[in-house]
Amino acid sequence: MSVSAIPQISLPFLMGNSLNAWSDALAGLTISWFPLGLVIIAAIPLVFIALYALTYGVYGERKISAFMQDRLGPMEVGKWGILQTLADILKLLQKEDIVPASADKFLFVVGPGILFVGSFLAFAVLPFSPAFIGASLNVGLFYAIGIVAIEVVGILAAGWGSNNKWSLYGAVRSVAQIVSYEIPASIALLCGAMMAGTLDMQQINLHQSGPYGFAHFYLFQSPIAWLPFLIYFIASLAETNRAPFDIPEAESELVAGYFTEYTGMKFAVIFLAEYGSMFMVSAILAIVFLGGWNSPLPNLGALALYDWTSGPVWGAFWIISKGFFFIFVQMWLRWTLPRLRVDQLMYLCWKVLTPFAFIAFVLTAIWEIYVP
Amino acid sequence: MQELEVAGQGSVRVSRKDNDVVVIEKDLTTEEMLLSMGPQHPSTHGVLKLECMTDGEVVTSAEPYLGYLHRCFEKHCEMVDYPGIVPYTDRMDYLAGMNNEWAYCIAVEKLLDIEIPRRVEFIRVIVSELNRIASHLVAIGTYAIDLGAFTPFLFCFRDREHILSLLEWASGSRMLYNYIWIGGLSFDVPADFPKRLKEFVDYFRPKAVELYRLLTENEIFVKRTKGIGIMPADVAINYGWSGPMLRGSGVQWDLRRNDPYSVYPELDFKVPVPDGKFSVVGDCLSRHLVRALEMEESLNIIEQCISKMPGSEGFDARAAVPKRVRPKAGEVYGRAENPRGELGFYIQSDGKSTKPLRCKARSSCFVNLSAMKDLSKGQLIPDLVAIIGSIDIVLGEVDR
Repeated sequence: MSVSAIPQISLPFLMGNSLNAWSDALAGLTISWFPLGLVIIAAIPLVFIALYALTYGVYGERKISAFMQDRLGPMEVGKWGILQTLADILKLLQKEDIVPASADKFLFVVGPGILFVGSFLAFAVLPFSPAFIGASLNVGLFYAIGIVAIEVVGILAAGWGSNNKWSLYGAVRSVAQIVSYEIPASIALLCGAMMAGTLDMQQINLHQSGPYGFAHFYLFQSPIAWLPFLIYFIASLAETNRAPFDIPEAESELVAGYFTEYTGMKFAVIFLAEYGSMFMVSAILAIVFLGGWNSPLPNLGALALYDWTSGPVWGAFWIISKGFFFIFVQMWLRWTLPRLRVDQLMYLCWKVLTPFAFIAFVLTAIWEIYVP
Repeated sequence: MQELEVAGQGSVRVSRKDNDVVVIEKDLTTEEMLLSMGPQHPSTHGVLKLECMTDGEVVTSAEPYLGYLHRCFEKHCEMVDYPGIVPYTDRMDYLAGMNNEWAYCIAVEKLLDIEIPRRVEFIRVIVSELNRIASHLVAIGTYAIDLGAFTPFLFCFRDREHILSLLEWASGSRMLYNYIWIGGLSFDVPADFPKRLKEFVDYFRPKAVELYRLLTENEIFVKRTKGIGIMPADVAINYGWSGPMLRGSGVQWDLRRNDPYSVYPELDFKVPVPDGKFSVVGDCLSRHLVRALEMEESLNIIEQCISKMPGSEGFDARAAVPKRVRPKAGEVYGRAENPRGELGFYIQSDGKSTKPLRCKARSSCFVNLSAMKDLSKGQLIPDLVAIIGSIDIVLGEVDR
């Protein structure tokens, strides 16, 4: 399908709500001059990141790793240790805010902030549901890829500002890694954008809607879509510094990489940013290749599973579930695989993923042009 | 590539091709950075300190600094009577206490020239082979952590726990046993010990295979270790390497086989040496492989010991233990194959005192570590970590 002719799909399943109904309504909500609705729109992803990082991110990861390693994980604080992360946060809050004497104070303080802002800004274009998106940009995907790159500045500021050789190594590695892996990641996402013919996140989702559920997802719409899907998944691991590409924070080599010197809430903010971008890349993967907020269940005759499981609330459920699934895979890989070396990482990026991403790009283009 | 000072051009980086100097980069000054790795560093396995000169990620030289865990072991020995030294040896290589005690007892028994009951010898073999497996499990587990894999470490510790509880059952403590005494043992093993041992062997065999498939055959693990830190056999011998390190370089040298002691001549076991098919002989992977295969051999030895061990009827573990150890004047060198190589004790007696005149421990880790400077030249920092891990040092023994 060509880029110019984007068919407008009607949405009978939205239960009377049109696209972005909730966020549009929120945006109009003001108290005299104060745009309360806009603040709420910005607060929703923030609250979401905090809640998910607290529950699924930290507690979930500890429990999942525990099950993989024949351990119990946190068990003491609350039933099954469910209040463990809360206790951890309380502990971190009480910590003294230490800035090393020899650190560059401005960079040291501003680093985690930039890091978090970079990760959080990307949530602006994340369609949490058919009825809710922070900012319905027509270049949403491009924005999401671009804004995450701001994190590099934060990492470099944190690493350089710490005035610690290990931090510097971590920062340099991280920057090299993130900048390199953006190329295969972007090309892989471009394949999805080509299939949709748009960069608008909601439109990409919309194009994958249909009564046959998962069959409409881009992963199953083209015989080569698995290739960019896989490339983006691998590259996203590297972009979020997750294992087996966690060399910037390789604890056995660089102590803790660029956040070696951080304590207390600054440390927590860096962690929050990491979990934020983990969900972001997982959500982008789900949006571009796995239908985002679309239900994967097909309509089977009278058993209209797709219709029953579609709607604004269901949409939020599906996209968050899909995101969480990929986060689970990330955790699974982290607790299974050893870490690559820096040069092997770069080899994988430039000599394997990038060429294959180009191949996937060309093949997708051919498929989109010649196969209706 | 090398750097030259060329008049009028500042520092330039050049490479030589057919004797012609080709200037690659002009006005480039690269400074080497001094990077102090340790004594508090996650992968220096304790308190080793390496002072590395680094050019980017490349380590141009690394100098190990020791002594952060020095506890005057050898001087202490001159103040304590012979049986009192046994608990001190536990604290040397604290991951293989049984083996240390045994090496020391071999030396003193040689000096005293006493006959050891057969059952004692079998029990000694069993407990030290168990400890060898436990020690290799820690070595493999921590090596996995060094390379970024966390899960194998916990699998290793889960299995090591069973060994520790077996040894605790026999000796009463988990790591610092004081179980092997001069001339005997502190206690006989409990009545059900062989049965539980058999259960452990049956339990551990599949787990060892699982560990092998999870870690040793892992593509990334192989990539990180294959061809890294290669030590040729002749250089390894010149450095005085022993144990899995030397065998990793392809030398089939095992004191249990080459200088047999105790009942090892009666036991049938292989000395695994890498054949160069799966790994490059002498690299980190070979050393890891030797440890992984040795665990299997230790299990075989334990199984044979269970069936060959004489019964406990009328057995007194302390029957041959001398009331008062006062050897005649002389000197002796006793050695045994520890999990980390040859542990030897050189003991001098003046014939009058119940305390040794001199007790010198030949530490395998210390000797193995001496090659660090050679091995680390021109490696990347992650490879340096892989090399330290493959040497498998216990700083308690290095510094003593």
